[in-house]
Formats: sequence, structure tokens, C-alpha cells
Amino acid sequence: MRLPPALPALTILALLGPVLAGLWGTLSAALGHLPAAGLNGPSLIAFQALWEWPGLASSVRLSLGTGVLATVISLVVTMLLLAGWSGTRAFRALLGVLSPLLSVPHAAAAFGLLFLIQPSGWIARLLSPWLTGWQRPPDLLLVQDPMGVAMVLGLVVKEVPFLLLISLAALGQIDASRRLQVAQALGYGRVTAWIYSVFPALYARIRLPVLVVLAYSMSVVDVAVILGPNTPPSLSVQIVRWMGDPDLTLRTVASAAAMLQFGLVALAIALWFGAEVLLAQTGLRCAYRGRRGSHDRMVRAVGFVSGGVIVGAVLLGLIGLSLWSVAARWSFPDVLPDGLSLRSWQRNGTAMLPSLATTFTIALAATAAGLLLTLGCLETEQRRQLTLTQKGLWLLYLPLLVPQTAFLPGMQTLLLNLDVDRSLGAVVLAHLVFVLPYLRLALEGPYRTWDLRQAAVAATMGASDNRIFLTLRLPMLLAPILTACAVGMAVSVGQYLPTLLVGGGRVQTLTTEAVALAAGGDRRAIGAYALAQTAAALLPFALALAVPMLVWRNREGLHHA
Amino acid sequence: MPDGLRLDNLTLWRDGTALLSLDLLVRPGEVTSLMGPSGVGKSTLLAAITGQLPPGFSTKGDIRLNDRSLLGLPPQARRVGILFQDHLLFPHLSVGGNLAFGLAPTIPRRDRRAKIEAALDAIGLTGFHDRDPETLSGGQKARVALMRMLLSAPSALLLDEPFSRLDTDLRDQMRRLVFSHAAERRLPTLLVTHDAADAEAAGGPVIHLPATQ
Repeated sequence: MRLPPALPALTILALLGPVLAGLWGTLSAALGHLPAAGLNGPSLIAFQALWEWPGLASSVRLSLGTGVLATVISLVVTMLLLAGWSGTRAFRALLGVLSPLLSVPHAAAAFGLLFLIQPSGWIARLLSPWLTGWQRPPDLLLVQDPMGVAMVLGLVVKEVPFLLLISLAALGQIDASRRLQVAQALGYGRVTAWIYSVFPALYARIRLPVLVVLAYSMSVVDVAVILGPNTPPSLSVQIVRWMGDPDLTLRTVASAAAMLQFGLVALAIALWFGAEVLLAQTGLRCAYRGRRGSHDRMVRAVGFVSGGVIVGAVLLGLIGLSLWSVAARWSFPDVLPDGLSLRSWQRNGTAMLPSLATTFTIALAATAAGLLLTLGCLETEQRRQLTLTQKGLWLLYLPLLVPQTAFLPGMQTLLLNLDVDRSLGAVVLAHLVFVLPYLRLALEGPYRTWDLRQAAVAATMGASDNRIFLTLRLPMLLAPILTACAVGMAVSVGQYLPTLLVGGGRVQTLTTEAVALAAGGDRRAIGAYALAQTAAALLPFALALAVPMLVWRNREGLHHA
Repeated sequence: MPDGLRLDNLTLWRDGTALLSLDLLVRPGEVTSLMGPSGVGKSTLLAAITGQLPPGFSTKGDIRLNDRSLLGLPPQARRVGILFQDHLLFPHLSVGGNLAFGLAPTIPRRDRRAKIEAALDAIGLTGFHDRDPETLSGGQKARVALMRMLLSAPSALLLDEPFSRLDTDLRDQMRRLVFSHAAERRLPTLLVTHDAADAEAAGGPVIHLPATQ
């Protein structure tokens, strides 16, 4: 039986509808049209106000600079790690720690880093006073520095695991190990061989995720609020401030800034394309010269140390968060607190529970809806013998390429005009936009590699397509489906801006609560919330591992999966 | 028209190129062997008969089973059973569950267990109902796969090199088992193979397919 293409159509609507409608809302508000505030456009007043804002130049510079820098560093570190170490035992060990780190929410990782590198952080404590002579936290701008260095670091520790895991999936498809073998047999050093023979093919496959990292890093809000400078902040943070202002007319200025942010990301992507061409030409020229580069020990060391620093930073950060959440008195420069106490958990626990419930409600709803749509799409495509084309892939990535701060303000103003903002349902829809692409990416491989001869045999025995789907394919794919759900839940749990803007401040999740604590500086509360947020993101992964093992404990044929 | 599986001036095409042409009748209880080098489209021919041609392939002519044209019917309605060289048991179902999957849903719940137990007895796997198929030996898996297919009560049998993965002595046993069941049920059977010994054991007509130009 042929399924009607209702589910693919719905999926495209769920993916693109909010983005396009949001962009439209942003554009019309930017042009001074906001009936809810009694404004009727079109006018250029909002752009004028934006132009006159004294912080404009530095916030634009900050967005562009930190975004591009974070992307370049993340890509270089990832490639150095792969070039120097992929396939080795050390690499597998590093990967074993990095993969779970992928699901640590951005905000939690940023708070962990903050607790590590701030003047009163762990690193300063470890070196004080015996080396530094500091008896009190030094008056240094180690975080929230005007250049945004701490913010770049915060992004890099999260984006490297992402690019690494995306790359690993791609490496299997391009026969990387044999490419490397052939080049090494010709006398090329490991790193050089990898860059000349594997990198071009790999990059072609991870190009879209790299652009996602670029768009995300340029417009990130939660990490910027925690680690970035305040006066002035990056453009996206300023957009959110204007959006949250009680004076509704400022939302037109926010929308104008959002359009600027959209333009900035488009510009950065165009520049990135230019850089790709330049790099490709340079690479080809270098390859033609035939230098073997067989002394690559230094490069390999740099790659490994960077990888180690990233793992160490996130892990120590998480430990720091845990410790602060149970610390009694902990004065500078003591490395450890004087004692442990559960007071901050008792104090924050009752307030935390409703946020926890909201977090899971949104994550479960968005993931369940996303799973239904994604499986519906995959199954429909299967029955109609369609495959995901390059164009379809761009469509899938589009919501991740359009900066969140560009379309979410418009989505909020649209909902405001419709008088249905601040509802849980609207937040779930906004989360769905970000959950859907990851669900599809996580399921695409397992769904396509399922042995279709199983379906062929079942069909000759009289089983209908629906029966094959429900009684064979779904149960056999239980493990990858649950993993995809865990990915979807982690994505939803970590979302800050969609919850904040579409929820209009009324919908409180662990993430919005944790980020809201950033300004206050109550380390014990931050530790507790960031830890709860991390746990909420990690718990589904634990279940995704445990449930198939339990359900299929007597089915060896499914254990490798 | 006589009973059996009839390939009536059947030509298999791939993107406008004719791969092979056949005109033959497999009578009930008879095994016809198709032999030829790999790549001539033997397996694709079987897919055409089950109604599962991959994209890019097409056929001309007719495929008839017991004087009913199969063309245009979905695989589920063709009643053509097939065995591959891989057993393709469903790894998430028990041995009994795999057999039950083949058994027609019209057989009432209270009779199903008895039918399945009897089927297990027939292939020497008494008491294996709740076993994990993965824990079975290669020969046992092959027998379950055969019985699962037979329980779906097919009207014809296609064999796509079903013995090539088995050890030599096991292969002989399995051949006898398959051919005796096919003969007992008077199934027209089409065997695709590389192995001349398979064709010999089948005892029916042998057709050598030429390599495509």
C-alpha cells in the first residue's frame, strides 16, 4: 500500500514553516510594523535606532570574530586529531570520553568552563598562592573579556566533539583507511597523507555541519551570556535583551538587529565559500609539489594535546559544577571546599522540580512528534524508492543554518500578534525545528542499511508493507531509534533561545533557569542547575543503551547493533 | 494451459538492454535448474517472479502460476516462496516466532502453536520453539528458514543458491530435505545455482544461461 505523502509534507512544514514565518515576522517588525505595540509600518525608524546604538560596531565585530574564530579552531583541531590519530588506540580512548560530552548542553559546558578559568576558578586556585602570590581572586578579565576569547573557548569545547562524531560517520563512507595507506606507501607522512588524500573527500561530506557550526557560533546566546563580554555584548545577546524589554517598541529595533544578524551570517558563509576555494587551490598546488612532510610528530602532538585539553576542560568543568553544588564554605585560594553540604540542593530542589517537569514535557513532545514525522518520511521514501538528495539535505540543514536570533524574534512577534505566544505548544513547535534535523541525521544511516532482503522474504510470505514496518523493521531498529530519541531529547533539553523567546519568559526549563542565574553569580545554584540540566540530557542516552539490552537480552543477533 | 510455473517468452531488461530471455514451464513437483555465470541476471529473474524487481529493471512477456498471471500482483499476493543463501531469520523473534510469521493469519490462534510444534518436529528441531535463532547452527537456521517459507503455503518455490553457504555434508542433507518437501507439496521449483551438484541432485531439467555480451 502506498502511504499518502502527508507525513513528508508535514515534516517540511514543521521544518520550514516556523523559519520562514519567523523571518517574515522579523522582517516586518524590522520595518516598523508591529500592531501589538501600536506600530504600523513600513518605516526605517528601527534601522535608524539600530544605527545610532553606540555598541553596534563592537557587537558586530564580536559576533563575526568569535563565530569565525570558533569555527576555524574547532575545524582545525578536529582535523588535526583525525589526521594524526584516527584509527589508533589513543584516539579510541579519547573518543570514548568525547562522545558522551557531545550531549552535555552548551550552557552547562560553558558554566563548567567558567568555574575553571575565571579569576576565582579552579586553575587560579591550583596555582595560588604558591606560584601567583594571589590571596584574593585577581582583578583580571579572564572571562567575559572584550575580545570574546573565553566565549570562543566555550564554543570550541562543544563544537569539536560535534565535528568529530560527524566526521567519523563520514569517514566510513569514503574508504579513508585505504586512502591513507596508499598515500603513506608513497612515502607521505601520516598527517600530510591524511590531508592530501582523506581531507578533501571528508570535507565535502561534512561541509553542511561545518556551516551549521559557523552560523551557530556567530549567533549563540547562552554561551555568550555566560562567557562573553557584557558591555557591549555580542549582537545576538543584544537582540535578546531588546526582545525582553517591557517597552514593546524596542522589539522593532531587535528585529532590525536580527535582520542584520541574518545578513552577517550570510556574509560569513559567502566568505567561507571563498576561503574554501582558496584553500582548495593552495592544497592542490602543495600536493603537486610532492613534499612528503614525513616529520609530523609536532603536528600530531598539537592535535592530541588540544583534544586532551578539550576533554579535560569539559570534564573538570562538570566536576567543578558538581562540587560547587555541594560545597559548604569554599574560600579562595582553597582547592577544595571546607566541607560538603546538601543545602543548595535542598534550597533549589523544590524550585527545580517544575522546571524539570517542563523540560521533559517539551523534550518528550518534540521528540515524539519528530520521531513520528521522521519515521513516516523514511518509510514513505522507502516505499516510493526515493533517496535523500543533496537538495533535500540542504532543506534539512536550513533551520540550522538560519541564525536562531534571526527567525525566533519574528516567530515571537507573530505569535504575539496572534495572541498565542507564551504557550507550551508553541515552544514545542519551535523545539521541533531543531530536533527534526538531528533525528533524521541519526536515523538515516541505520534505516538505510537495514537489510531489505528481510522485507523481501516477509513480503513473499504474504506480509503487508505495514506489517513489515511494524513487526520487523521497527523492532529490529529499536536501538538506533532510541539513540535517535536520546539525541533529540538532548537537543531539546539544551535549547535556550527557542524556549526563552517563543515562551516569552513564561515557559521555564532547566536551561533557561540556569542561564538566568548567570548574572547573579550564585555558584552553588548555578552548579545545581547546570548539573541537573546535564543529567536531563544524559539520562535518555543511558536509557537508549539499557533498554535494547534488556528487551533483546535473549537475542544475540541484535547485540552488535 | 497446464499447471505449474510458466515463464512465457519472458525477457528481462535493464535500462533498455535485454539481459536474458526464457520460455519454460516448471511442472508441479518438478525442479528446474538455471545455471550460468554471475551477473547474467539469475537473481534478478527470481525478483521479477516474486514481484520485487529493483529500479531500472523491467520485463516483457508473462509470468503465470497455475494459469494465473502474476504480473501486476504485489509480492504479497503472488504466493511464491523464496529461499536465499542467507537464512534471513528475523533476529528479534524466537525460532517459533519466525515460523509463526510465515503461518497464514487465517489459522486460528489455538491451532497455531500445534502447527508450529509439528513443523519443528518435521525438521528435527523439537523443543526449539523459544530459542534465539542466533544460537542455532548454520544447518539448523537453514532448516528453520525453509520451514518458515513452507508454512506460508506457497504455490511455487524459488531457490537462490540456498546451499552455497553450507558445509559439504550439510549441503547434501539440506538438498534432500528441500527437494523432498517440494516434491511432497507438488511445488513447481526453480533453482538458481553455480554448483552442478545442486542441479544434479535436483534431478530436473537444467538450463544453461549464456553470459551476456
